[in-house]
Amino acid sequence: MAENQNNEKWGMVIDLDICTGCQACVTACSMENNIHFVGEDEMAYGRGLQWMRIRRYWEGEYPEVKPTHEPMLCQQCGNAPCESVCPVFASVHSEQEQINLQVYNRCIGTRYCANNCPYLARTFNWFDYELPSPMNAYLNPDVSVRSRGVMEKCTFCVQRIVKGRQKASAEGREIQDGEVTPACAQACPTESITFGRLDDPESRVSRLARNDRGFRELEELGTEPRVTYLKGGMSYGG
Amino acid sequence: MAVDAKSLIGSQAKPHHEMEAEELRKEHLLLDPMPREEMNQMVMDAMQTTTPRYWAFVIGFGLAVVVLLFGAWGYMIATGMGVAGIRRPVYWGIFIVSFVFWIGISHAGTFVSAILRVFKAEFRRPFTRAAELMTTFGLAAGALYPLIHLGRVWVFYWMIPYPNSRWLWPNFRSPLVWDFLAITTYLLSSTIYLFLPLIPDLAMARDRSKGWRYYLYRTLSLGWRGTEAEWFRLRKAIGIFAFAIIPVMFSVHTIVSWDFAVSMVAGWQSTIFGPYFIIGAILSGVSAVVTILYILRTTMKNFDYFIRPEVFDGLGKLILIFSMSWAYFFFNEYLLNWYGGTAVIKKILTLHATGPSAWVWYVMLICNVAIPWLFLWSKKVRRTPWLMFIITLLVNVGMFAERYTIIPLTLGHQRSPFDWGIYNPTIIEVSIVLGTLCLFIFLYLLASRIIPLIPVWEVQEGQMSHTLRKVGKTTMPSVTELE
Repeated sequence: MAENQNNEKWGMVIDLDICTGCQACVTACSMENNIHFVGEDEMAYGRGLQWMRIRRYWEGEYPEVKPTHEPMLCQQCGNAPCESVCPVFASVHSEQEQINLQVYNRCIGTRYCANNCPYLARTFNWFDYELPSPMNAYLNPDVSVRSRGVMEKCTFCVQRIVKGRQKASAEGREIQDGEVTPACAQACPTESITFGRLDDPESRVSRLARNDRGFRELEELGTEPRVTYLKGGMSYGG
Repeated sequence: MAVDAKSLIGSQAKPHHEMEAEELRKEHLLLDPMPREEMNQMVMDAMQTTTPRYWAFVIGFGLAVVVLLFGAWGYMIATGMGVAGIRRPVYWGIFIVSFVFWIGISHAGTFVSAILRVFKAEFRRPFTRAAELMTTFGLAAGALYPLIHLGRVWVFYWMIPYPNSRWLWPNFRSPLVWDFLAITTYLLSSTIYLFLPLIPDLAMARDRSKGWRYYLYRTLSLGWRGTEAEWFRLRKAIGIFAFAIIPVMFSVHTIVSWDFAVSMVAGWQSTIFGPYFIIGAILSGVSAVVTILYILRTTMKNFDYFIRPEVFDGLGKLILIFSMSWAYFFFNEYLLNWYGGTAVIKKILTLHATGPSAWVWYVMLICNVAIPWLFLWSKKVRRTPWLMFIITLLVNVGMFAERYTIIPLTLGHQRSPFDWGIYNPTIIEVSIVLGTLCLFIFLYLLASRIIPLIPVWEVQEGQMSHTLRKVGKTTMPSVTELE
């Protein structure tokens, strides 16, 4: 699936130097995308459905330890390993946004994509999870609710991208920088997540991605991730 | 002393020669001929004798298939994939391990039959059918796993390229689709390869049976009369298939290995996986042939005439050779990664031997390398069927451990240490795995009483038209071309 140079190319920058690991992005993502809660036991067993999760690493030796946090989400690879292995084209590259999307209705649950994702960004619906009665009212109507046996993952809040594009086109203009914000970036109290179009070299996200502190996770694998992490010499408390 | 020895040889030259002939006859089935009708009757007897113990086993394994396989699988379909023990980061567990295991087992049935046929190794004659049958039923057990492990098995047919209103194709870049095509090709061709040499034997059975058996064999033997033209065509077809199936067989397990080799997973992405998997498959499959032959020999009537120690001897040598080749590939993986591997692969290989499930790795090495290397050198061991039974069972335990090491234990320790995890199969998974084993045994039990497990015409052909040939120090019966 060759990428068209003229299309939108959405990307994200996460500044690890100001990320506090507060998990607000995780919560916001769950609410926005109708992600099921699996319960404490299943979560502890490693079956949490999280499109965004905080990886916590310790630096140094006790007692001189400090935690570092890395929000991990689908990197929306330009050359995605999950896409080529799916036998039924459930994991596809969207032509317009140039991100990687999962077609839930098409997924048959081989879980090959999840094995092949070096970021382990994909989560699987192990069971049918039910929401008790009053809580099902909060479901976001823009996002489909997934059933058992399918894979799911971060979509860069594609429903918000589509809404933003529709609004802009109704008003007869291009989408402005900062107009579309995914739930995680919106919720981040330290504003360490920046979202925007990488095809516009002057957008905030493009300028930040060119920062000296920038790196891409496991870039050496050739996946062309669309998420740039910023990390300098110091972290908070350091 | 010298004079004594000389006189000894001189005086006993003739009896010695006779003794040798007697020994050769005991040793080789082809040198111990029997009237054709008598042999046909032996095979018919073996096929039609059923003891109460046999029926107890059939019912027991049949029930086990229903409960362990279909019961547990049904429960999993109704509840969700979560009843299995897999979790992030180990998305593939014991189901895929068993899948590779069974495909490997099924591999060598045809390997033994076709390669030995092509190379005219005459000790193969009595057991080719038993080996080919193992291929077919091994595939039947293995081919269930791609369905079992699906999250939504009820839409499995989306993997098949079938015409549909949305013009959707499967993704031909996905190794799972290659798998699907390779396995169906192999199932089809190995079934034909099983069926072709079966036709004259089915006709033989047709002429000697009554009732439902007669109608069954009459249908299956396709009106075989044994004319010269029929034999000519049959030999030609078998000749073509024996050669054609060898590349098919190699491709199948190479493609199964590509499920892993073409992925991005550290420890899987390897160019050596194709031949490595084939060698492993042959090792486990030839061992399974020996295991089955031992069981057939001890449980079925008249089989000790057909399955002689020469068979165990020959297959034992093959197992030893393949155990050595396997060890080379295993060692090679470490050598290459020691020399040029990335940090993550080095870490994975270290964790295989020192991690929480290291015992699996040691079981693999002991069963696949130590035991064959220690015991199979000895001709005495190779010719003792019950010892070979134990050794070959252990080799298959080791090969299961090898696949277990390659799949869940490698997935558990990938590039990000934060996501490391271990995997333990649940009772449902173990039950399904045992269920497919029971399915294999059940199908084999039924087939052993329905089709002649000994290719009688091949044995008779060998007995009628062999010559003695000296290979190294030993004398072997060898069959010249009949055409």
